[in-house]
Amino acid sequence: MTLDKAEIATRLAGAGYVADSELGTALVLMDLLKRPLLLEGEAGVGKTEVAKALSAVHEAPLIRLQCYEGLDASSALYEWNYQRQLLAIKTHERDGLAAEAVEAQIFSEDYLLERPLLAAIRSKTPSVLLIDEIDRADEEFEAFLLEILSDWQVSVPELGTIKAVTIPRVILTSNGTRELSDALRRRCLYHYVDYPDEARETRILQARLPDIDTSLAIEIARMVAMIRKEDLSKVPGVAETVDWAAALVGLGVKHLADQPEVIHETLLCLLKTRSDQASMTREVTDRLLGKVA
Amino acid sequence: MNAASASREAGEVGDAAGAAVRARMTGFLKTLRDNHFAVGLDEARDALVLAEAGYGRRASALRPALRALLCARPADWQRFEALFDAHWLGRGVRAATMIAGQPQKAPAGVNRVAGKPGAQGAPDGLPDHVERGGDTEAAGEGEATRGGASRAEVLETTDLRHVADPDAIAEVNALVERLARRMRYRLTRRERLRRKGRRIDLRATIRHSVGRGGEPIDLMRRKRRETPLRIVALLDVSASMSQYSAFFLRFLHGILDHVREADAFLFHTRLVHVSPVLREKDPQKALDRLSLVARGFSGGTKIGESIATFNRQHAARVVHGRTAVIIMSDGYDTGDAEGLAEALASLRKRTRRIVWLNPMAGWDDYAPLAAGMQAALPYLDLFAPAHNLESLAELEPYLARI
Repeated sequence: MTLDKAEIATRLAGAGYVADSELGTALVLMDLLKRPLLLEGEAGVGKTEVAKALSAVHEAPLIRLQCYEGLDASSALYEWNYQRQLLAIKTHERDGLAAEAVEAQIFSEDYLLERPLLAAIRSKTPSVLLIDEIDRADEEFEAFLLEILSDWQVSVPELGTIKAVTIPRVILTSNGTRELSDALRRRCLYHYVDYPDEARETRILQARLPDIDTSLAIEIARMVAMIRKEDLSKVPGVAETVDWAAALVGLGVKHLADQPEVIHETLLCLLKTRSDQASMTREVTDRLLGKVA
Repeated sequence: MNAASASREAGEVGDAAGAAVRARMTGFLKTLRDNHFAVGLDEARDALVLAEAGYGRRASALRPALRALLCARPADWQRFEALFDAHWLGRGVRAATMIAGQPQKAPAGVNRVAGKPGAQGAPDGLPDHVERGGDTEAAGEGEATRGGASRAEVLETTDLRHVADPDAIAEVNALVERLARRMRYRLTRRERLRRKGRRIDLRATIRHSVGRGGEPIDLMRRKRRETPLRIVALLDVSASMSQYSAFFLRFLHGILDHVREADAFLFHTRLVHVSPVLREKDPQKALDRLSLVARGFSGGTKIGESIATFNRQHAARVVHGRTAVIIMSDGYDTGDAEGLAEALASLRKRTRRIVWLNPMAGWDDYAPLAAGMQAALPYLDLFAPAHNLESLAELEPYLARI
């Protein structure tokens, strides 16, 4: 099922994700070229959301593999259910079965615990596989991943090779903690996710908070865009903007400039470190509010 | 992927246009390779697939498609647009749109390129190699004197005040980068669990064997931990330091780029945290952004107050047991010297080493007479001259031992 760009854009919007047009192209190309998509960008720009939206677009199950330092093949791919195997051996002791028969049984698929990667390639319908924060995993894991992503098969020593039933759509995300290998980068389509501009952020707010005033959404987007330009150590992401907007709607604010003290106090939704809160003084807030109005 | 299938898939685009797009594409891929994009045969094939799937008809469709396919890192992402425009908006796309029956306004400057098949279309005079400002690459191209060993030698002993021409500045950049690269992290005695460890971790192995009915099937391993040395640099950018501050900024830039854990602050009459700005990869852009951040450059100095601010607001976060604090200042302070002594005393309790680099200490008849310098001396682990690159390089073995 290949969808064209306009169709994907509509469906993304239906799933509550407001994409820029380049991302739409990238998602079409994923299907056309059968390549994974690597998303890079600052924390909080909505990289993980892309995968969730894509799974909604294709009505495919989302399988998520969260990477961390020390993640190894067994916890990403498969594991044997040792406890069940031991139990099976114990029960078969009384039956007097031959050792080979027992072995054949306990190393069958019944005793295999699927981990995300295996689950993704054995899924009946093509799934969306999200490999989150790949830069946190070790380099060896990256190499291992590369092999799976190019061959779409996995070898389990006791069972033989398991071929992919369906080929998942793969999205990888990276925060740039570690430089990824060139091989992996080349294998993937690439999209750099940036903070949304004012117009897009307004639309995001409208999609997420259906009962928000259009004028308020515009003002919030403009304000956040300016706050991002301030000298902050942790720049607020899209999720923070939505939180803040929800807070303002809940407090009954109609225009930002009307209630500067409320605005200043609710900035804690956006600023998550002490130094940032200290640097956004009341004067700074008022100056920015002056520009918004 | 023959011409016939191209015309079938691309609809209105005829054979000739398909071939033209393919030829342009090959040229474009070569341009990208010359610009250090990782473009292999697979990418080339997929790019042609895209061209035949109809993306080749309009630049507005081709650009995002190729951008997603051919870029691999943020730096590529930013440069791509300039390269694309330079190559495609000169000739290839014009031919395609005309055949597709949608006459468009020809992009500016087309006739300049049209006649010369060898030249890559560069309507706005955009070079195929997009130059990044301040890079060694860009600076060296004019005269073929890419600094050999002898040239670097000379620079290393030149007082930084006297270095002014752009070529020399590029060399200074390179030297600083190399230097910062040498200040890498060291091993500690603590160990942690790693998959490819040197030794077997008995405790973890036994714990893990519980799931296997007590048989130690999986051996857990451990390895010595690499703890990065953290460097926190505080740079004085007051008027008296103005001749040196540009070079120290490059030094900070190099440290932030190559030392994994580093933080940088500027101070004059107040303290500014500049790491995020300096982490900007392009040195020229970083300097531009800096000038916005640090108002009050080249004004007075309040060293004591700035360090006290550092202690109060940042030290708890950025300073730990393996941190070296480097202060780069000439010690001329308009605040009181007692305040400086107090601030340094409290900083000393937190950190491993305090290094003070004073550019003036390299002058022949310098004595640390400034009141601020006098007050600071008892609290320093190292007081060193830093008026040329050689003196900076001498720091490396010292920092390595921390």
